Amino acid sequence: MSSENIKRSHAATAGAGSHGDVMALPELETYRDPETMPARSGYDDADIFLSEKEFNDHTLRPLFTTTPAYFIFVLGLGIVMANGLGWFTYQLFVGLGQTGMHEPLFWGAYIATFVFWVGLSHSGTIVSSILRLTQANWRRPILRAAEAMTAFSLMVAGLFPLIHVGRAWRVYYMFPLPNQRMLWPNFKSPLMWDFCAIGIYMTGSITFLYIGLLPDLAVARDRAIASNNWRRHYLKVLALGWRGSHREWSVYNKCSLFLAVIILCIAPSVHTIVSWDFAMTMTPGWHTTIFGPYFVVGAIYSGIAAVITLMIVLRWIFNLDNVIRTLHIDCLAKLLVTIALIWTYFYFCEFNVVWYSHKPEEWAIFEWQGERFSLFLWIMIGGSVLNIFLMSWRRVRRSMVAMFFITLLVNCGMYIERYLIVVPVLTHRDNAYMWTDYFPSITEFSVILGSFAYFAFLYAIFIKLFPIVTMADVKEGVLISGDMRLGRHAVRLQVKE
Amino acid sequence: MKSFNYKKQNDYKWAMTIDLDRCNGCGACVVACQAENNIATVGEKQAELGRKMHWLRIERYIEGTYPDVKVRFLPMMCQHCDYAPCESVCPVWATYQNPEGLNVQVYNRCIGTRFCGNNCPYSVRYFNWYDSNFEGPESNQLNPDVSLREKGIMEKCTMCMQRIRRGKDTAKDEGRDVEDGEIQPACAQTCPTNAITFGNINDHESKVHELVHSGRMIRLFEDKGTHPSVMYLKGGVADVI
Repeated sequence: MSSENIKRSHAATAGAGSHGDVMALPELETYRDPETMPARSGYDDADIFLSEKEFNDHTLRPLFTTTPAYFIFVLGLGIVMANGLGWFTYQLFVGLGQTGMHEPLFWGAYIATFVFWVGLSHSGTIVSSILRLTQANWRRPILRAAEAMTAFSLMVAGLFPLIHVGRAWRVYYMFPLPNQRMLWPNFKSPLMWDFCAIGIYMTGSITFLYIGLLPDLAVARDRAIASNNWRRHYLKVLALGWRGSHREWSVYNKCSLFLAVIILCIAPSVHTIVSWDFAMTMTPGWHTTIFGPYFVVGAIYSGIAAVITLMIVLRWIFNLDNVIRTLHIDCLAKLLVTIALIWTYFYFCEFNVVWYSHKPEEWAIFEWQGERFSLFLWIMIGGSVLNIFLMSWRRVRRSMVAMFFITLLVNCGMYIERYLIVVPVLTHRDNAYMWTDYFPSITEFSVILGSFAYFAFLYAIFIKLFPIVTMADVKEGVLISGDMRLGRHAVRLQVKE
Repeated sequence: MKSFNYKKQNDYKWAMTIDLDRCNGCGACVVACQAENNIATVGEKQAELGRKMHWLRIERYIEGTYPDVKVRFLPMMCQHCDYAPCESVCPVWATYQNPEGLNVQVYNRCIGTRFCGNNCPYSVRYFNWYDSNFEGPESNQLNPDVSLREKGIMEKCTMCMQRIRRGKDTAKDEGRDVEDGEIQPACAQTCPTNAITFGNINDHESKVHELVHSGRMIRLFEDKGTHPSVMYLKGGVADVI
């Protein structure tokens, strides 16, 4: 694209009162005459007005260009991780007495964090596959970042059972390995279902992520080979010799669609099964039928919030304003409001039923929650209600700063929710003689903090090894859609996939 | 379905009764249990944190206000439920129902997910938060019939499995059935008021069978449907636990 062309389109879009910092692709631009065609609100910033080369340059910059700040950041994460690992190793050698747990509270902050991470993994792939299947055109640039989030939060979540069990060195007893004594895992146990569900989900979502990566890997590979970058070594292998032939694209599309459907079926089952770790017990406060859907909705709620937080951070750090736009945050925020409403409704249902029936063993737990964790409850419930109100305003949804803090608040609330599901129930069990209290120890704090650092670390490494923006999908979106003029209005036309 | 009368398949169905009207909360059973089963003494600090590992504990309930105070004692140990909630949730089969109606824990198989402890309504399962630590002369009084437990595994009352084994072996060697009262868990043996009775409930002549059918029998948390093998006896007074 010539500089003259860029200027022209720049002026054109600026004149139309839309986002002036973008440039229209020539073939799209011909449809739009800013004099006669008013800008369509909400759609404008879905277009990518960059030439293919400029777009590639722009989106591959995070991959090929690294600043010193990045190394400092990763070093900082490394320190936090090392701290967590150190405490964990000490706990492994000395015993779980290093945690704050005691009878009858056998599960504490570790399990709460495990549920949190599994929950966080739910948005990426679900959002990605739902948006793929509903053919939402705005989804394109955010897919990769969301899917990567799923994979990495699952990897972090997968560590927690190891951290939590008493004899981590014997954890292979849970694997269905053939052995001389014919000992077999107990498939009646919800933990085994959990183990299987998370294994399947992790395999599925990593495959999903990888298949989606293929065309972009090829672009990055070509560039790495051309510039003799060290990344060419693994990119060559991982791109599987992708050349962009017709047959490759057709197989790729079929495969992504197929995986999207499969993942959409698996994902809700995973968090349902995680909820069954609690609901299948006969412990009052856990043993409720609502837990399955409640957990799934909670997972999607915290997940979408985390996707938004992540998008805002990525966009800010890597200057991806052209690609991850206000529109995307806006659309995701609308999704978030919907899920927030459903989640709040579920919470209301759960609370209301217990409060009305006032069964002593169940009400004791809620009463204790109110006494001991009232501040937490306010952050969780108040935060959720406040967020729903705030995000009803378009202005808030389109403000990056506001959305950043709102989504952080959502995830704080959701972490608290997990903590309140695990802890007060166990401190106030059926046997009132054993009622107790619990506070996590410094070991637990360090390990949990380390897990957050580990997640950020994995993500930071991923950004430097793989293209973070779904380039192929964005380009496809540009190709298959355009504006048509009908009288005085511009109408979006899109080829159905 | 298991019932009391499955003698055709299994010769023994162990059961225990604890007479709450006889129990005076002296705690001798707790000490006996601790000595018999090599239960770790966790020390003052850990006990304060709530990590004491008494397989059998005396729960003390105080009713009323001074001066009209009634203290009631409830010896609480693993109830050896027929429908044990702890068994089904263990991912590695470390705990299961043995053919004699006991709920047993396989130490070597346990990986310490602690799910069983979370699903036990009686809160009678204990976790080894640290390695057990028998120093100096303490190690001389360890029971050689009972294995020491490593850190990171669950343990609980076994109804003195080692004594049951020994009793059954002796009976087998002599070519007879185990006689009533021949096997005594440490707690029953020690109880000065004879509040604890242990026996084979499939044997209709046994003392425990008689006590269970005396009309004074209650089970703890009966609404949970766990059907425990440990049963409590109480007087006809309604306000007794």
